[in-house]
Amino acid sequence: MNIVVCVKQVPDSTEVKINPETGHLIRAGVPSIINPYDHAALENALKLKKAYGGRVTVISMGPPQARSVVQLGLALGADEGVLLSDMAFAGSDTWSTSYALAKGIAKIGKTDAIFCGMQAIDGDTAQTGPGIAQQLGIPQVTFCEHVDIEGKNFIARRHIDGGHEIVEARPPVLFTVLVPREFRPRWPSFPEIHGSSKKPYHVWTAEDIGAEKHYLGLKGSPTQVSRIYPPPQRDKAEMFTGSPHEAAEHILAIMRKGQFIGD
Amino acid sequence: MIEVSKKCIGCGKCVPVCPFAAVQMVDRLAVINEACTLCGACVQVCPVKAITINREEASARRDLSSYKGVWVYVELMDVPGGHGKKVRPVTLELLSAGRRLADELGQELCAVLIAEKNHGWEKELGEYGADKVYLSEHPEFFEYNTDIFSTAVIGIINRHKPSVMLYPASIQGRDLAPRVAASIYVGLTADCTALAIRDGLLVQSRPAFGGNIMADILSPTSRPQMATVRPNVMKIDEPRPGRTAIVVREEIKIDKGLRRVKVLERKLAHDKAGTRIDEARVIVSGGRGLKTKEKFRLLEDLSALLGGVVGASRAAVDMGLKDKTHQVGQSGTTVSPKLYLACGISGAVQHIVGMKASDIIVAVNKDPNAPIFNVAGHGVVGDVHEILPKLIDSLKKKGK
Repeated sequence: MNIVVCVKQVPDSTEVKINPETGHLIRAGVPSIINPYDHAALENALKLKKAYGGRVTVISMGPPQARSVVQLGLALGADEGVLLSDMAFAGSDTWSTSYALAKGIAKIGKTDAIFCGMQAIDGDTAQTGPGIAQQLGIPQVTFCEHVDIEGKNFIARRHIDGGHEIVEARPPVLFTVLVPREFRPRWPSFPEIHGSSKKPYHVWTAEDIGAEKHYLGLKGSPTQVSRIYPPPQRDKAEMFTGSPHEAAEHILAIMRKGQFIGD
Repeated sequence: MIEVSKKCIGCGKCVPVCPFAAVQMVDRLAVINEACTLCGACVQVCPVKAITINREEASARRDLSSYKGVWVYVELMDVPGGHGKKVRPVTLELLSAGRRLADELGQELCAVLIAEKNHGWEKELGEYGADKVYLSEHPEFFEYNTDIFSTAVIGIINRHKPSVMLYPASIQGRDLAPRVAASIYVGLTADCTALAIRDGLLVQSRPAFGGNIMADILSPTSRPQMATVRPNVMKIDEPRPGRTAIVVREEIKIDKGLRRVKVLERKLAHDKAGTRIDEARVIVSGGRGLKTKEKFRLLEDLSALLGGVVGASRAAVDMGLKDKTHQVGQSGTTVSPKLYLACGISGAVQHIVGMKASDIIVAVNKDPNAPIFNVAGHGVVGDVHEILPKLIDSLKKKGK
């Protein structure tokens, strides 16, 4: 069983602000972490490895410092790490990112399952996983709560609007996973970090993975950001304090005004 | 464009999988004819990778001005109790938004309906603004499947070339749209909350970084310009009774082998009237502050009086007060009703991301510093155990 896990380095906080004068994102001073959904995807893959054997490869795309999220994967138990890093990738949207990752995964070799986080907390698009699956021509199971193996197939419990379903998929297949309810992220111990430094780790450029440059970066991306701006501010809550009876009347008045109840 | 290389071994696997009967075997080699829509179904089954699609050439040959019309993907949903399917309300929101874009562009609004069987839905789609319905019926469309539905949608897009295509940012839309975008090399913007036309281009506005910034996104070089649109954000316009849509039938062949993921079991959470939590207009939600199952029933009573659905915070679900299918938040369902009444919910970040898009938020909590008051429009400081019974009594009296 060969599993590839896609991870992304993201700013630690979703409290990213905009410089009102320049309109640019203020990322300075915000530490970088592994995207929490990818952390859950990694743990699911490592759990399968522990139970059924196999090999787990962690892949990321990003600047050189994104190495730290690949190293985290290695320290937690993955066998091999890959970082796609090249100026040609800079500014890639979800289309170009999934194209590059698909090329990188193809270079890793025979893969039975690909695990991705459901989405990244900085972009919230949930588009890169399905994009990779389409580029590789393999099926996908999105929004999984948990993925297990039964015989030769995978069984996943996935979230759907208003409920859940259990699905069965033959390898090769791509999964995108949610953060499970009882998820407690593991962090590696010092010996684990130390031990992982000997594991194979590669940095691949666009040329290494055979990616055509006109599909990459800002130029290759079909979407363009035309403007970023702060969201319209929600008015501060109008606070009410009073007796339970008054409070109930106050809530009824709000409901009447919104026409949720009749006069 | 699409090419078959010398690697072709003449195995014929690509012939039955082509939804458009565009592949034939000639002298034991695959030959692709003009019915090809570049959907890529043959590329996926070829055991020797002999078939390739050159997207660059395909996009260079694109004449953007030949792409016309605003399209809406019609999402169907199960009617509770196994009574067939119906058009999911978010589709009507998309039709209303799409109608405005189409009028601005001076183009037609079309709905794309992929169904096992059409039940006269073109009437409803027409009344809500569609000029045309591209309808594809097939027994294999009995339930949503990524490979099967994306193949159908890609084929219809390539045949008729729309300028704009909108999908609901539902689980289904967010599963389908990126597959389509990846296949035909077009821009896709996720989870839009506003759409407009500027200089003939679709301006797609969306929140990012957990809603801390907004971004306007354009897809200037590819068509269709595709977006998924957040449910419960666009207003549904009044239907025009008697307004009809022309039905255009799309023949698509679906090979059974395309179903590579099988659904073994499905469970949906409905309230008694059959409304799903993600479709609810009113949600009455409870948290840790409710303390017991008996107290939680107060929410059920209140919700029933308002025609709403009960929601729960993760804390309440963990305490066993309510089934997980009713959980609102990051590890539950994201909701955006017109009214969200948060009772005894402190407002952990994970809960807030799942409900902050609600139109009117009313929060009741004992703690005046509870974070829920940072997103609520109306805050009431008090004890839910005292306030809820009074609220229920008043509503019951009014009902009489």
